[in-house]
Amino acid sequence: MFSLKQNCWFIRKVVVWSAVSSIAWSVLLLPVTAAVFVLLSRFSLFHPIQWISECTSLLTASSSIFSLVVLCGVVLITGLFNLEFYTLVPSIPCSRMALLGTVLHPRQCVHSLVYCTMGMLVMWCASVTIGGRYSTLGIPCRGSGFNNCIPVVTCLNEYHLFLLLAGAFMGYSHSFLGVVQNMYYVSFQPIQQYKYPRFKGCLPMVVKCSVIQSLYSARNFAALYLFFGYAPKTWISSTLHLQIDSSLQPLDSLTGLLEFSLLYHLTISGTFLYFTWYLTVLLFRIYVTEAYSFPVQSTFTEDAEQCLPKVLAETNTLVMKFFALQDLALLSQHSLSRRLEVFSLSQPGGHPHNWNAISRECLSLLSELTQRLVAHQDAVASNGIKPLQRDALTAPFTPDVDSPFSSPAIRRLVGQQEPLSPWFGTVQSPHIMRRGPKLWSASTGETARLKLTFTLSLNHGFSLSKMFSSNVQLPEASSQALFADSQVHIWALQGLSHLVAASFSEDQFGVVQTTLPNILSCLVVLLEAVDRHFKLPHASSKPVRAVCRMGDSTYKTLRFALRAALKTAIYKITTTFGEHLNAVNISTEHRKRLQQFLEFKE
Amino acid sequence: QFTRDTLKGHSRPESSSRSAFLDQRDTLWMRRLLCSDEMVAEFSQMLDWSDSALRSFAWHPHTDKFAVALLDDSIRIYKSNSSATPTLKHRCQRSVCALQWKPLCGSALAVACQSCLLIWHVDPTSLSTRPSSGCAQVLSHPGHSPITSIAWSPTGSLLVSASPVDTGMMVWDVAAESAVPLQRVGGGGVTYLSWSPDGSRLLAATPSALFRVWETRMWTCERWPCLKGSCQSACWSPDGGCLLLSMQGERVIYALTFSDLTGMNNNTYGPPFLFSLSLSVGGEVCSLSWDPRGERLAVLLKGDSQAVNHPSVIAVFKTRSSPVFELLPCGFVMGEAGAEPRFMQFHPHFQHGALLTVCWSDGRISHVPFYFSSAGLLGGDSPQQALASNTADHSSNKLYTEQIS
Repeated sequence: MFSLKQNCWFIRKVVVWSAVSSIAWSVLLLPVTAAVFVLLSRFSLFHPIQWISECTSLLTASSSIFSLVVLCGVVLITGLFNLEFYTLVPSIPCSRMALLGTVLHPRQCVHSLVYCTMGMLVMWCASVTIGGRYSTLGIPCRGSGFNNCIPVVTCLNEYHLFLLLAGAFMGYSHSFLGVVQNMYYVSFQPIQQYKYPRFKGCLPMVVKCSVIQSLYSARNFAALYLFFGYAPKTWISSTLHLQIDSSLQPLDSLTGLLEFSLLYHLTISGTFLYFTWYLTVLLFRIYVTEAYSFPVQSTFTEDAEQCLPKVLAETNTLVMKFFALQDLALLSQHSLSRRLEVFSLSQPGGHPHNWNAISRECLSLLSELTQRLVAHQDAVASNGIKPLQRDALTAPFTPDVDSPFSSPAIRRLVGQQEPLSPWFGTVQSPHIMRRGPKLWSASTGETARLKLTFTLSLNHGFSLSKMFSSNVQLPEASSQALFADSQVHIWALQGLSHLVAASFSEDQFGVVQTTLPNILSCLVVLLEAVDRHFKLPHASSKPVRAVCRMGDSTYKTLRFALRAALKTAIYKITTTFGEHLNAVNISTEHRKRLQQFLEFKE
Repeated sequence: QFTRDTLKGHSRPESSSRSAFLDQRDTLWMRRLLCSDEMVAEFSQMLDWSDSALRSFAWHPHTDKFAVALLDDSIRIYKSNSSATPTLKHRCQRSVCALQWKPLCGSALAVACQSCLLIWHVDPTSLSTRPSSGCAQVLSHPGHSPITSIAWSPTGSLLVSASPVDTGMMVWDVAAESAVPLQRVGGGGVTYLSWSPDGSRLLAATPSALFRVWETRMWTCERWPCLKGSCQSACWSPDGGCLLLSMQGERVIYALTFSDLTGMNNNTYGPPFLFSLSLSVGGEVCSLSWDPRGERLAVLLKGDSQAVNHPSVIAVFKTRSSPVFELLPCGFVMGEAGAEPRFMQFHPHFQHGALLTVCWSDGRISHVPFYFSSAGLLGGDSPQQALASNTADHSSNKLYTEQIS
């Protein structure tokens, strides 16, 4: 999504600045969270005065300033990763093999490595802050003599090592869950809110998620260290020439681990770690999803590229198209003056350019979805094998054609169809944008052996395809993948239906009436396609509600939201126009369907 | 008609020994000691909810069908030209407090239950009398029960639910099953919700002497501290410019006017301010209902249960917004001897004037038509309406019409 040589004005002016503001706020809030962490880590129930004085002296010490600088660096890197990898269309692997492919992808490995390092850095800062027995990696061994005040033998401080390794583990699990839970997927809320109230409302949820995730990670890491802790311990001690003190209780044992103080410090350090990262993600989501208002028409020709009709027709930058459709949905419901601009005629000439452009774009989006659904159903019906779908990716992130990591191979793949797919050449649309190779998965076939094709795209790319034979799993995922970008369709439906309904009283020149037959036919055809899709098995199964996670899973119910929005859109038009619809020139079977809506029988 | 003995309420495990002491100025912690049924009874729009055979009622906004919630936790749907009456039952459907049909839809009904929110999808063309539980979506959020009020947005895209124990109201995207909680400290819970017909504002009443009016563009709210009691009931004018409120224990109707957000209408109400109209007849104001044309206002006045000649009555006013906002007394609606009104709602689109549906204490539901020609023209009142007397004498006024179907 982000590239240094980005030539789209929207990304330069709006997205990058939103991201920079969110990173700035994350850095500004860091001292606050660090102070809370200091208070909790040095907590002493029986010596409150000593506790407060210790904390205040610690907060002003130079070591904590240094730790704060390190933490700011970590937050900056996290913020940059958010900006680089965020996506408005989730990547949904349609089988376990595909999921494995995304986790083992080299780009994902680099990501995990960076997060492990950052986790260790944060834990190092935390252990230095907690102090006491956690502060340094090497401590003088007990029972060793002193030679000129220098300890003779330095031993490995297992507590410090324990926290550092916990940091690496938590970093890796955050990166892993980021892929599995689609943490970089950014969705739009159903209501608009100002940033500060939204932040206040989401903050308790973020705290709760951090605590829960920290507890899970602490439990898993403790179990891992119990069985495998010996290996890193011996490796570190041999590399850094530190002895292992045999008089101390080793931590890779039940008696060593089941110590309240150790588990408490591990948990709150983990909470601090996760909270820092989740807060950055939350602030980024809040800033990036802030609605942007495009002018409908401009008096200056140099601003014409930034006007809504032109922006809607944009095919290269997905982000701008999302925001344009969101703006259309909002203006159609809330803004009379902008609606009048949409219905206005050009001067001179009297052509309804604005309305024509807007309705054409919305209708092409909706008919492209219809074609997608029809092709999917035809393939399922014909031989039980689903076609290669173009949106579910095996690469962990949506391939960004403008990213420095992408290659000419990826660029060719985007917008082109696999020659192996059975419907190659039959469905062509100029509006296929930013599509990567999709996964070929089958319906819940009983005994059929299914071929799985997926493509791995590597850095400085060459792509390789493999053929695997595997029973398909995650059948619902292919239904989700078909509707992965349906947020744009929902907004197009809302915008179109509200504008048509408003035109009943606000359209002075009758610009909407001429396009009404097309709009109604398009909506009815899409409704039929959606109804047929929901008759497929697993298409109407609802996902299980997740407990508390930062990953946004609203993409799983997008198809239900689309169906509801489509019905509401048709009802909006039929309730506004009522019996006047009989005068509109539409085909008989569409008229029969619309009659059902007029009589509220749907 | 639904008689109480034909309906068996489900056995309630909670003991009713805590039934005493329901002071309206309870703080939040005392309110938590009330069992949820008592809370629902206190904040329900249906008077005497615990003993009533009818628990809630809702007209469909576009067609001639309505849904009634009964004492035995079932919901029946009656359609004007069909004899099939589907009965909706679900294991989570307990202590139904509010019902509302989804606007711009033929089949979705939202039900506020004790522990969750149920969204039924009832196929209008189906002749089945017992739709299965699979037709219902269960929406719940921890800490958000019992739910006492729900409100659909007029565009049908959002559903807001409120609970007296939750300081936040939940804004649901029903199809996606996701919710955004809107928390505001102060007031202790949200008891009643009412969305303006133009979709621009939402009223949220709290159990204490405070209510909030939210604007739905960016979801910010205004706080309105009340004088004495909490806001009991409210209704909006059809253009969303005027909000009429009733406070608990008062015989006053408050009117809150708003200037137009969209700048579209020539709003004759003027700048926002609150004024009050006191009623000299009847007891305290329990609930209000304004007909969709903005011409008739029905006010349910609570009677004195001890006195013999003071039953609950419904007073009807003619309303006029220009040149000044005024209420003109029009008449009373009374039922049969011994029957008191418990709930009322105007039909959403009665062609010839207004149709007021009243649920009575004896289990009857009756529909009272008001025939008039619109736009506030005087005269043209049909003889049927002239039967309502203009005097304040309760005992001689009888206006009761059988159910018209």
